[in-house]
Amino acid sequence: MKKLINYTKILRSKNAGPLFITFDLIFNSKEDMEYVEKRLKKSDISKAYAVNEEKIDIISYGVVNSIKITFPRKNISGSLCDNDIYGCQMHMPLANIEI
Amino acid sequence: MKIVALNGLLGYGYSEEALNTAFSEKVDYLGVDAGSTDPGPYYLGSGKSFTDRGAVKRDLALALPKALEHKAPFIIGTAGGAGSDEHVKWLKEILLEVAAEQSLSFKLGTVLSDVSTKYVLDKFESGKLINMSDEFPVNKQAIEESTRIVSQIGIAPVIKLLEENADVILCGRACDTAIYAAPCIYEGYKEGLSFHMAKIMECGAMCSEPVAAADVMQGYMYDDYFELRPANPIRKCTVDRVAAHTLYEQSNPYLIFEPDGVCDLTNSKFTQVDERTVRVSGSEFKEAEEKTLKLEGVKCSGYRTICPATIYDTDTIKNIDLIINTVTEFVKENTKNTLPENSYEINFKLNGGAESSLGVIIDVVGKTQEVADTVCALARSRMLHCDYEGRKSTAGNLAFMFSPSDIHVGAVYEFSVFHLAKVSSLLETAKISVEEV
Repeated sequence: MKKLINYTKILRSKNAGPLFITFDLIFNSKEDMEYVEKRLKKSDISKAYAVNEEKIDIISYGVVNSIKITFPRKNISGSLCDNDIYGCQMHMPLANIEI
Repeated sequence: MKIVALNGLLGYGYSEEALNTAFSEKVDYLGVDAGSTDPGPYYLGSGKSFTDRGAVKRDLALALPKALEHKAPFIIGTAGGAGSDEHVKWLKEILLEVAAEQSLSFKLGTVLSDVSTKYVLDKFESGKLINMSDEFPVNKQAIEESTRIVSQIGIAPVIKLLEENADVILCGRACDTAIYAAPCIYEGYKEGLSFHMAKIMECGAMCSEPVAAADVMQGYMYDDYFELRPANPIRKCTVDRVAAHTLYEQSNPYLIFEPDGVCDLTNSKFTQVDERTVRVSGSEFKEAEEKTLKLEGVKCSGYRTICPATIYDTDTIKNIDLIINTVTEFVKENTKNTLPENSYEINFKLNGGAESSLGVIIDVVGKTQEVADTVCALARSRMLHCDYEGRKSTAGNLAFMFSPSDIHVGAVYEFSVFHLAKVSSLLETAKISVEEV
């Protein structure tokens, strides 16, 4: 078991508009991407971010050995409870998921 | 056809030499994005720009004479950071200042894209508003409370102004892609390629190595493909960078949603042409049956006062939940006769949480600045001296970094509208005008 971040070359989060958060996982090789693709579970992401599984989109983008994950932000950007307006520091719960 | 992107955001800067290099051959169009919703709702609400006036003027002052000299229409999207009428006014003033200082004359086309509360309410009543996220449903009261609402225009108003031979096109809130896709489509190039190239170019040299939003990018459009090459010789476009860029800030790497339809990148091919140039082909476009425009609106949620502080005492850190509850109850009790109900919201924003230190920001948003001040001061003093079992550091719980400890942040805005509106025409919200400068 390794943490997800240890399989990736790039692991980042960013708003896709103020209502959504999107994560890009970019891997060094096709093998790494496929290895994670097979093992990354929506239920783990759901637990890490307290978001319903059916709201999570996981899309593989093989052109650059990457996986994209998108779901709605619970506190939309700039709402009173929001702590990350750009959403660029929301990736650690994902990074720490054990694969 | 050659189109140049000044940079990823007007006011973020670029290399003057790179601009000169880009204009050392014939340039047909110049574009720049001047705004974003990234910095949050405040800027749309306040009418202010998150970019600096001086930096914006510098970026314009070098580029404008080049564009005019080359007869390359200069398209500026989302003026002033948020693209409302107020923001367009701000950028237009800078543009006119530059023109006067350099004795430049040109035909200026402007697209304003503010919409009235009534326009949005009518859309709501006729069932023409679509949620973008279930977490943020259409809300009539929020529409009514909105202080400013903009529509995000697509390519149609820009093409209209190109037809009128405008030399400079200043847009209110616009899709980033409209800046670069409009001239390509106007010249008859394929929509799929035009939107895809536009999506990559709108961030300037972000798709190159070393990466930079703050530099010049060059796009070359052909019948069946387009090519990208950074103007600055220290940078290069690689297949990986260019392909990866379609991931950035997008919810789906294969689909780019536009007011006119969807750009589908499933069959896009990326080829390295030379060390610094990437060719892209195969991107397709599917026109939407129903056209939509995105509406962005904000409301004022009150006035903010904050108090930032640090806790270093490990026992205090361990008791933080109890302290926060005590302080919250204390404030409630002490204001129940003096402040109307629901006149403030208090949040304790905790940063870090390592054993050695915990950052705390007491964040109060009140109906007025006075209410926020009152609540923040009460919470701060109570938190400073809040007791807990076994407390040894009885002189105070908080290390303040500043005097005064409490800071006025001012008006707070939140998004009230962020929805798609079905429209009968993509020009429906655009107020287009042309004038000689």
